[in-house]
Amino acid sequence: MITAPAVPEGEQQTLPIASNDDVVRARQLVRTLAQQCKLSLVDQTKLVTAASELARNTLVHGNGGTMRVGLVDKGGRRGVSAVFQDTGPGIPDLELALTDGWTSGGGMGLGLSGARRLTDEFAIDTEVGRGTVVTVVKWTR
Amino acid sequence: MSERIPVLRIGDVLLVSIQTDLEDQSVLDLQEDLAERIVETGAQGVVIDITALEIVDSFVGRMLATTAAISRILDAETVLVGMRPAVAITLVELGLSLGGVRTALSLERGLAMLGRAGGVGAGRA
Ligand SMILES: Nc1ncnc2c1ncn2[C@@H]1O[C@H](COP(=O)(O)OP(=O)(O)O)[C@@H](O)[C@H]1O
Ligand SMILES: [Mg+2]
Repeated sequence: MITAPAVPEGEQQTLPIASNDDVVRARQLVRTLAQQCKLSLVDQTKLVTAASELARNTLVHGNGGTMRVGLVDKGGRRGVSAVFQDTGPGIPDLELALTDGWTSGGGMGLGLSGARRLTDEFAIDTEVGRGTVVTVVKWTR
Repeated sequence: MSERIPVLRIGDVLLVSIQTDLEDQSVLDLQEDLAERIVETGAQGVVIDITALEIVDSFVGRMLATTAAISRILDAETVLVGMRPAVAITLVELGLSLGGVRTALSLERGLAMLGRAGGVGAGRA
């Protein structure tokens, strides 16, 4: 079992995503933060699942990158944000990539579309040949 | 480094209990191991216990669905047991319904569903 370290409030933490084990670490770090943030169990599960999908995309499609996570605050509401960044090939057709079941090869095609449904905020910044940044936030209720 | 998940044999049922958060290669290894063990043992049933799993993403979800399909072709029935409510809610929202996979709430019920539990008093579902 790989245990993720606790993160002080407000501080952002960056994790490399370069192997399958890093994807496991990413899940565990996001879970630690989701618990710290006191997200409900269902919301924790949704956020960790979304993070797992996005971290795998960073590794598999983006040829590796980083995940930056931290607790965030907006008008007294607390949340967890996670940013997945790579300098891979980018996504040529974002609408297509966000279609349920669409994969450029090998996957289930549910990672991006699923992560969007499972989180409260979801943003993608991508450019062909430069890379992709996906940002998600889950807020407490 | 990928770790191997033990596959136990109880009568003609194979039992796998996934105890840790698995990296993707271990998930694929497990799928292969199970297929080999079904043929090797002539098992009629496979029970996969995911009580300990805090999440099931599309990669693990696909492995579960594929394992069920492979075992069916190899003449064994697969039952998935112990899925947490939060995991079920999340899986559906993710877009995976696991339609082709039989499920039971507990190991006992899963074994009973297969109709050949090794334990006393277990009967046909
Ligand atoms: N970080 C990324 N870099 C490049 N392409 C990506 C990235 N993330 C997703 N994609 C593209 O979007 C598609 C859909 O992603 P996803 O829904 O996670 O499905 P899957 O990973 O199963 O293929 C991928 O097949 C891939 O072509
Ligand atoms: Mg994906």
